[in-house]
Amino acid sequence: METRTINDIEMEVVYQKPETLTETQMHYCPGCGHGTIHKILMEVIDDMGIQDRTVGVAPVGCSVFAYNYMNIDMQEAAHGRAGAAATGVKRVLPDKYVFSYQGDGDLAAIGTGETIHTVNRGENILMLFINNAIYGMTGGQMAPTSILGQITSTTPFGRDAAAIGYPLKITELVAHLPGAYFVTRQSVHTAAAVRKLKKAIEMSFRYQDRKKGTCFIEIVSNCPSGWKMTPLQANEWLVKNMFPLYPIGDIKVPKEI
Amino acid sequence: MIRGSVVVATDVCKGCELCIAACPQDTLALSPQINRRGYRYAVMVQDNCTGCINCALVCPDSAITVYRQPKVTKHALSPQAAAEKEN
Repeated sequence: METRTINDIEMEVVYQKPETLTETQMHYCPGCGHGTIHKILMEVIDDMGIQDRTVGVAPVGCSVFAYNYMNIDMQEAAHGRAGAAATGVKRVLPDKYVFSYQGDGDLAAIGTGETIHTVNRGENILMLFINNAIYGMTGGQMAPTSILGQITSTTPFGRDAAAIGYPLKITELVAHLPGAYFVTRQSVHTAAAVRKLKKAIEMSFRYQDRKKGTCFIEIVSNCPSGWKMTPLQANEWLVKNMFPLYPIGDIKVPKEI
Repeated sequence: MIRGSVVVATDVCKGCELCIAACPQDTLALSPQINRRGYRYAVMVQDNCTGCINCALVCPDSAITVYRQPKVTKHALSPQAAAEKEN
């Protein structure tokens, strides 16, 4: 283990950037949850030693360049179609660990059909759904997941249910499908939440060996630029406004252990 | 107390302050200087780090490497006893 001497005390490395994460500097805004989620995902892959047996599918959205940061085999999918692309990858290469990484504009808006049918078919993949309640990449427009009363650039007076409808809780929706095996909602706003997310991702990769169905992890994340806040304010806003609608916790867990 | 230390990759840090909020010891703060991309970066302002890795876990840019003193267990062998055991 690497050691170094600081103030005459010999210390060992207890935490460093995962090896599977490339040296490329991320283009995400300061404080964006995407970076943390990338890091935790790569940490799990490092810990399990499955770097050469994992295939990821990148979405369209802020995380469109995910393949620049993850040193694994990646496939870019058309907007919203990461679930369908991941299905193809998994069917051709059934012994690989396959995951799709999608935002709320990708998975819950343009790709709702693909998402529901992928889960309903019970494809043995992991779907990571990053929910920040806004279209971050295009300038903070309203997303299907935007909460009621949320001010975005297309709802400047707040989202109104009478005119635009209600927030789409797609995680609860897919949990009802028989093809879903493990459905959970996590977050990355504190260190404890990050640890729980890591455990959930690790379990999902292990469940892929059982070939029982789709694992679906929603990650409630922030968008400081889209919400027009500092990262710390964004995390406070997330706890105060998003958690009542999107409560953290397991929604569907496998019966047998 | 177990002593720790963090090393921040100053050119990678974007000054989002999430690590500062996550630190239970108030060890970190933003630097007065800026890095080459124009962000103020996180630095240690107190020498009371315990190496709990909370800051590194929440860092979106993986800019933080955490070091910690090796844990000394109760039953740790003295250097003499360890040498004897090896022989």
